[in-house]
Amino acid sequence: MARAERHWPAWLIVVGGAVLLVAPLYFTFVFATHGRSEIFDNPPPLWFGDAAPSNLRLLEERLPFWRNLGMSLYVASMTTVLNLLLCSLAGYAFAIYEFRFKRTLFAIVLGSMMLPAFMHMIPSFMVMDALGWIDEPRALYVPAAASALGIFLMRQYIGSAIPPDLIDAARIDGCGELRIFWSIVLPLLTPALGTLGLITFIASWNNFVAPLVVMRSAENYTLPLALRSMQAPNNTEWGALMIGSAIAMLPLLVAYFFSARRLVAGLTSGAVRG
Amino acid sequence: MTSRRLAPYLFIAPFFALFLVFSLFPLVFSIYLSLQQWNPAEGLHTMHWVGLENYGYALTDPWFWDALYNTAWFALVAGVPQHLVALPLAFFIHRRFKRGRDLVVGAYFVPYITSSVAIALIFTTLYSKDYGLINAALAELTRIPFIGSPLASLTALKDGGGIDWLGDADVTRPAVAFVVFWRYLGWNLVLYLSGLQVIDKDLYEAATLDGATEWQQFWHVTLPLLKPMMFFAVTLTIIGNLQLFEEPFILVDGEKGVSSSVMTTAIFMYRTAFSDGDFGTASAMSWLMFVLIAALTWVNARLFGRDPRSRHGSR
Repeated sequence: MARAERHWPAWLIVVGGAVLLVAPLYFTFVFATHGRSEIFDNPPPLWFGDAAPSNLRLLEERLPFWRNLGMSLYVASMTTVLNLLLCSLAGYAFAIYEFRFKRTLFAIVLGSMMLPAFMHMIPSFMVMDALGWIDEPRALYVPAAASALGIFLMRQYIGSAIPPDLIDAARIDGCGELRIFWSIVLPLLTPALGTLGLITFIASWNNFVAPLVVMRSAENYTLPLALRSMQAPNNTEWGALMIGSAIAMLPLLVAYFFSARRLVAGLTSGAVRG
Repeated sequence: MTSRRLAPYLFIAPFFALFLVFSLFPLVFSIYLSLQQWNPAEGLHTMHWVGLENYGYALTDPWFWDALYNTAWFALVAGVPQHLVALPLAFFIHRRFKRGRDLVVGAYFVPYITSSVAIALIFTTLYSKDYGLINAALAELTRIPFIGSPLASLTALKDGGGIDWLGDADVTRPAVAFVVFWRYLGWNLVLYLSGLQVIDKDLYEAATLDGATEWQQFWHVTLPLLKPMMFFAVTLTIIGNLQLFEEPFILVDGEKGVSSSVMTTAIFMYRTAFSDGDFGTASAMSWLMFVLIAALTWVNARLFGRDPRSRHGSR
């Protein structure tokens, strides 16, 4: 074990770094259970308190919190379901079929990934305005309904997991193209759909800029926007804000806990073979 | 029944329809916008052609240059350490961690998946001047003999007065940069780990047989083979950091302009459009930023000696 001993400082750094990285999240949950005055005690609380119920009541007073939570859930779910359907369809087309302009069209898909997001901010606002979608949840989920990254990931997966013979066999049996996709291919894509679903849900759940630009009324705010709106120059209710943040993070942390390995692999699979 | 020839076009149609309406058209429209000016109160019919005037206005606005400087500063100070730390860390975890590895990597990755707003909010409390945990911890450290007194003089923590992390212009920028570093370190770590996994183990064995030390192996085997991944990771960091918005926006209330030291170009653009109603100039700024990002990506591609177009090459 001489080797391991020689490296104990490095071990300490790696594990210490991991602890430091998780610490702020830990404090979100600790502060969520303390009132405003305790959070700013000196030293601040390091362990859980009993103010969670009163923090939650404060949060409900200040925000239409459950409606905001529902709005986040609705937008993220719609975005995810649409993405799973549309990205697997397009990924399937790019992986299995031969057709004219296939390479060019796929290059457009990849190229669209490179466009900086803020380029869209102003013109999409004006498009939404022209469509009359300002303050409407569909302004959030329709533009995000199919992502280039999703198509890329699905194409990679379908190319390696679906044998072309299977599709030919189905065709010989007289199965239509859409039917093949829906009844034969889609069920085989479950692992990739899980990864893509999680990535999409997380991105939509955490999105801040798009709702900031298009959502107007406090009832239609998604969670990140609602939480930020509680920040006041002098009398921010930090306890309430922290329990709101904790509730906003909890679903993601739980989902992450159960799928960390697959999620990480899925996120980087596009890059690994690059 | 869908015919086999038509099917692929039908299957990719939804993406391209969405892309045309919500991506390509807005982009072309924003070029048009950047050449127009109108009175937002009077409505779009007051729009008139001003040519490159908006670009000239943006380029002669000292605030734009300040924002650009801040953005570049963030890109460097929050960006470079991400890679300088993530790369050796990934190497060490890859070589030395067997058990507990998923747990460690998982912990490093968690900040990346959590809401940037929640993160900015928790850091706002941790950074608080009089009562924040960070100042409390620093004050505690100054009591330790030997390292305590130099630390105290360095950080002006004497007499119990804390550092005003989010109010003092000198430290606000590094404080915000740290949050960005904190959030994306794990992402880069994961990228580098996946890059390391595809490096052939035989190469290390051969190097060991040749008497190469671990440091030499890192320098002569790992780094050159990791170049494509470094290119990918650095490109993502450049694109990401030049669009920095949420962290400074929430930590220092970028909307009200309390601290111009952390106002990034993305925030400035947002304010120009949605607070001042000057969509034309804001669109011009977005195209100036696009040119800058494209140029930096190109420089990055040259540095790493690789054509960016080959990244997604045929496989």
